[in-house]
Amino acid sequence: MKRALLILALVAAPALADDSMPAAPYAYVQLENPAQEAKAKALMETIRCLQCQGQSIADSDAQIAGDLRSQVRIRIKNGEDPEAIRSWLVDRYGDYVSFAPRVNSLTWPLFAAPLALIGLAFVLLRRRFAKGGA
Amino acid sequence: MTAATPQATARWHLWLPLVLFGAFVVLLLYGLLRPADRDIKSAMIGKPLPQFALRPAAEGLPGLSFADMADGKPKLLNIFASWCVPCAAEAPQLAQLRASGVEVVGVAIRDKPDDLKRFLTRNGNPYSRIGADDASAIQFEIGSSGVPESFVIDGKGIIRYQHIGDIRADQVATIVTKVREAGQ
Amino acid sequence: MIATLGLAALWLAAALAALQLLGGFLALRSPENPLAMAVRPIAVVQGGLVAVAMICLVVVFCQTDLSVLLVAMNSHSAKPLLYKFAGAWGNHEGSMLLWVTIMAMAGGFVALVERRLPEPTILATLAAQAFVSLGFYAFLLFASNPFTRLDPVPVEGQGLNPLLQDPGLAFHPPTLYIGYVGLSIAFSFAVGALLTRAVSPTFARAMRPWVLGAWIFLTLGITFGSYWAYYELGWGGWWFWDPVENASLMPWLAATALLHSVSVLAARNALRAWTVMLGVVAFSMSMVGTFLVRSGILISVHAFAVDPTRGQFILALLAINIGAALTIFALRAATVTEGERFALTSREGALVFNNVMLTGALGIVLIGTLYPLVAETMGAQVSVGPPYFNPATAIFVLPMLVVLAIGPLLRWRRDSMGRIGKLLLAPLALGVVALGLFALQPIHLLPLLGLGLAAALVVATLIPLWGRNLRTLKLPTWGMVMAHFGVALALAGMASDSAFTSEKLVAANVGDKVELGPWSITFDRVEPVPGPNWTALEATLHASYAGGEPIELKPQARAFWSPPQPTTESALATRWNGQLYTVLGEQAEDGRWQLRLWWKPFVTLIWLGGMLVALGGFLALLGRVASDLRRLVAIDKIAYRRTRQGR
Repeated sequence: MKRALLILALVAAPALADDSMPAAPYAYVQLENPAQEAKAKALMETIRCLQCQGQSIADSDAQIAGDLRSQVRIRIKNGEDPEAIRSWLVDRYGDYVSFAPRVNSLTWPLFAAPLALIGLAFVLLRRRFAKGGA
Repeated sequence: MTAATPQATARWHLWLPLVLFGAFVVLLLYGLLRPADRDIKSAMIGKPLPQFALRPAAEGLPGLSFADMADGKPKLLNIFASWCVPCAAEAPQLAQLRASGVEVVGVAIRDKPDDLKRFLTRNGNPYSRIGADDASAIQFEIGSSGVPESFVIDGKGIIRYQHIGDIRADQVATIVTKVREAGQ
Repeated sequence: MIATLGLAALWLAAALAALQLLGGFLALRSPENPLAMAVRPIAVVQGGLVAVAMICLVVVFCQTDLSVLLVAMNSHSAKPLLYKFAGAWGNHEGSMLLWVTIMAMAGGFVALVERRLPEPTILATLAAQAFVSLGFYAFLLFASNPFTRLDPVPVEGQGLNPLLQDPGLAFHPPTLYIGYVGLSIAFSFAVGALLTRAVSPTFARAMRPWVLGAWIFLTLGITFGSYWAYYELGWGGWWFWDPVENASLMPWLAATALLHSVSVLAARNALRAWTVMLGVVAFSMSMVGTFLVRSGILISVHAFAVDPTRGQFILALLAINIGAALTIFALRAATVTEGERFALTSREGALVFNNVMLTGALGIVLIGTLYPLVAETMGAQVSVGPPYFNPATAIFVLPMLVVLAIGPLLRWRRDSMGRIGKLLLAPLALGVVALGLFALQPIHLLPLLGLGLAAALVVATLIPLWGRNLRTLKLPTWGMVMAHFGVALALAGMASDSAFTSEKLVAANVGDKVELGPWSITFDRVEPVPGPNWTALEATLHASYAGGEPIELKPQARAFWSPPQPTTESALATRWNGQLYTVLGEQAEDGRWQLRLWWKPFVTLIWLGGMLVALGGFLALLGRVASDLRRLVAIDKIAYRRTRQGR
């Protein structure tokens, strides 16, 4: 229960990291260019908040999430590609930081799963309808 | 004869759900019994620090830049803040490291000079330099996800070791060893 | 005193469950065994006793009897009565007692009313139910006793976690629980029918109301939980693919598939082994869900009463119950013949497609949720989130929704697309027009497909009413149409939210005016507001839609003080065409306030659709139960006449 409360506290709390500094420039400020902001927003929704862990940086009040939002927006503003920013983060924190798993030797079963499930259904049903077609 | 074969395969199929379920339970059991290590480790170990230059965070102490880190001597880079409670708790250990010859440099996250001054007066100052990081920028560059964290950096500015959380008394020796290794 | 009574009732109920299991087991050998004859009454009394135990717990909570450890840990004499009452299940022990109560009462109800199935099948079903219950009794009595006493008695209780002090607590957990546990009846029916080789349309008809009932509560629980998270977390999100959310979605997907396959079995005596399998899967997903929520093995926003040791107990129960059921399945399923065959283009064909796609989606959610754990066994940490779940589930859900438009129009056994093609022209045209219109705007592929499909479905789901006499139309048909229409609305809401939401983050001075889409919002003032156990800063906003009468909104930033915790309370303005969502953030050094504003066109359709789906289920249940009762009365009359004639 204690740990659950702790997690809740981290989720809810800007006050836990009780610094008095103003938020980073683009933590709570949108980019002026709507197309860039849309790109930044889409990326932020798929980056894990480092302290709250259960949430994306787009859904968190944690200070470090705000700082990271600001980083993302500034980089997008400077013309960086969202996927390049994602790679930059993965290079520093590992795959864990991104909610969008990359296809690699470890994660391929995730991407094979839909195909495998459809294949399985096909095998099971083909017999059924072939015999029962009449 | 011909009728028996499909039935045999059919029976074999019927055990499949149970086998899959068994694997599933083993997976959940593994999840339950594994040590609850929820730290996010930096993926930057073995890679160099970025080019950076941070302004001085406290009066009377110089700021921090890449050139200061890559001066040939290994150092302990301590990420901290005056508003962080465990950071005060690890102050005696940092002092101890300093006493055993480890050069400790600090990066103060989102901190104000006055708060920092009070913090150093209260807890002592183990740092030779403190750079101010107002937007957690260096933190992101080196893959740190909170305060306090400490990184062993070798003389060429390459990250050798990461310690997550406050340094406890029994962990000082490990860190001294890591710094020595980085110096070789 | 009352606590002792509750504990005694619980022990007695557990003993009766053991007897019930034994009796049901003996009945498999010799139905004339006296203990076998006593199984039904035992089940009824067992249900009554657990209900007494649950009432005792509620009473000690309402009285704040601090000699009970659980009350002292989770309650406080000064708490409002609603939270004292709901606090009885707002903790681990109480919620497990609620679980057993629902389970035993449902079992007692089956024992009391179900007379269609052969007696041995019912007794085997009740034995299976007792077997599952016994595990939970053991869990309660040995590892999480809700009636443990405290000596000396403390002066005051520790209070309830402030985040749980929301009316949502009184409603959301019990609703989900009734759904989870209701599926245990479907599970027991499946096991009972396997043991006695009685998988038949009658079995499907007996099981259907239970599946339907559980499914209604799961639907309501998920819908409500999603809305709770939406207004509470303060960022406008309503579904995060979080492990705890997935844990409630998985039993729902399985139950939805089961609901449709049970119809095929009841109407056409087909999909026999598959339906039994789904009965087992659905309840195992309930237990997996409980396990994931309680053990804390996956990181979640909604973590609740997390404790790995409890996780071990639940995992053991899961392994024993489901392992046993799957073993029985493997031994017996070969004797369950496949049943009637049918053509691909037929009502059954469409329902099979529905089942395959729902099961596929279930598979994706299960794999995606647990994959981080799989990766950890290989020493790596990965995250699986919306960028995986959205497209991977859409692969299954979107084609299923296309068939949803067609299936209800098809006849059983064999049909042709030519016959119904004309009926589908209107929705097809509407869907294509919608797709064309929205494709001109910068909308991502998935929301775009969702919008087109929703436009087609809103019409297509109503076609089964076309040309029918609405006055004589049966309730289950009304229910089906309403539920499918609800799905169309929910899809429209989801797609519209992703496609059209506009967001504005501003630093505003008091008196500033902000434009957001059709809204014009004035920031009037910020004042401190005292609450019972918090203080809040409350902003007053006046929002005017397209120059109309301004609506007042009062978002708060709350600070609870025991334990100290800040929360944001969003303020919502609901219109027929969407919701304005406002949040008050922090004050910057220059005195300006952070405001977060969203205009979400038609987002409310998500939950309205969910409610309609549940309501449709309720209509169907009402229709089924009414016709079952009529049949029961008729059978009784015939039996009565026969005995009189016999004399």
